[in-house]
Amino acid sequence: MDRNGNVYTFIYASAMVIFVAAILSIAAINLKPFQQKNIEIEKKQNILASVNIVADAQSATQIYSERIVNSYVVNASGEKIDGDAFSVDLKKERSKPVDQRILPVFECQIDGSVKYILPLYGAGLWGPIWGYVSLESDMNTIYGATFDHQGETPGLGAEISTTVFQDQFKGKTIFGKDGSFQSVIVAKSNETAPAEHKVDAISGGTITSKGLQQMIFDDLTAYKAFFNQKK
Amino acid sequence: MSDREPLFSKKNLGLLSNPLNSSNPITVQVLGICSALAVTAQLKPAVVMSISVIAVLAFANVIISLLRNTIPNRIRIIVQLVVIAALVILVDQVLKAFVYDVSKQLSVFVGLIITNCILMGRLEAFALGNKPWPSFLDGLGNGAGYGAILVIVGFFRELLGSGSIFGFKLIPESWYIVNGGFYSNNGMMILPPMALITVGVIIWVQRSKNRKLIED
Repeated sequence: MDRNGNVYTFIYASAMVIFVAAILSIAAINLKPFQQKNIEIEKKQNILASVNIVADAQSATQIYSERIVNSYVVNASGEKIDGDAFSVDLKKERSKPVDQRILPVFECQIDGSVKYILPLYGAGLWGPIWGYVSLESDMNTIYGATFDHQGETPGLGAEISTTVFQDQFKGKTIFGKDGSFQSVIVAKSNETAPAEHKVDAISGGTITSKGLQQMIFDDLTAYKAFFNQKK
Repeated sequence: MSDREPLFSKKNLGLLSNPLNSSNPITVQVLGICSALAVTAQLKPAVVMSISVIAVLAFANVIISLLRNTIPNRIRIIVQLVVIAALVILVDQVLKAFVYDVSKQLSVFVGLIITNCILMGRLEAFALGNKPWPSFLDGLGNGAGYGAILVIVGFFRELLGSGSIFGFKLIPESWYIVNGGFYSNNGMMILPPMALITVGVIIWVQRSKNRKLIED
């Protein structure tokens, strides 16, 4: 057969594409369970990080099952509803109106008291940012926080995933002295804000910092009824 | 069969060793620089990236070499790309399944192996005209030549930029200025420009040792 003819070229290309597609599909299907498990472990590590527990990939599942004593989903009026907190797709929830969202809550037992872990999801400069914040049982004081991002600028916006930045959140309060919801303000040094609600923004990462502030405000606002119930 | 070349003839060994020195893809041909700058801030991703490129390049070379008498000339570049892309996707999926943290660090750069000029260069220049075994050696050699530079750059960048090797701290905590010491990590080393300068220094050292490489 003429190797430079149209028919040969066409058959060759078609056969090659079908063959390669088959190989790749088989590989994808067979590796999927392992990949899913890694993503799950990472999520557990993140949840644990928000209550200041460092877990490596091997121990995360075990520590998670020991420490996270309860998890459930609530709606915007703070009532418990059916659903699995761990598998909630926050990106999808964010696109719904607030009163239709389902809001995951994780309870963690630490030194005899319960910490409430709430997931966050928002937008940074280049892509999504997300994280977990844990509250003391007074539903006001932040016990710990962890953030991660998809593609913020290294050295600038990406600093939100460093412990130096995240440690600032410990001990901050989200309600003012008069009981009004204040969230956490991520501020530049020249901005005035009450010290108990304020953390230092990242120099050169203004849009990421503001996105983070907005994310905390939006997502915690949705939990307001839940907070009032628990207080 | 008596005129058959031995598997490790001088010529074949040359295919393996030349890319490590006088025809190194990074320092002599200056190919594949982009990923060399991006993944060498630490040693571990540099090593994984090197292994991935060696695997992809060696197998792609063998596959193209096996197919070389069947590939229609007009679509040979496309065939090469499909082979590389399929192998890279396989590597990416395997990394995601078994070394998830490393795969997160490498992020898009595994996918970008596809566009690494070294691969297309070797397939087009070597595998299309040679038997599978020499092609395999050529792939290993060029992958290793690329990997060697990555590892050297990664070693210096992690040592000077983070004070560690493979994540193990080498500089005692008490040496750091924040703890009352005298030492501070060089933050510049973590940024890509210092990788370029490190590669430049390697090229300089190599050329001063190997005078043949100096152009007039």
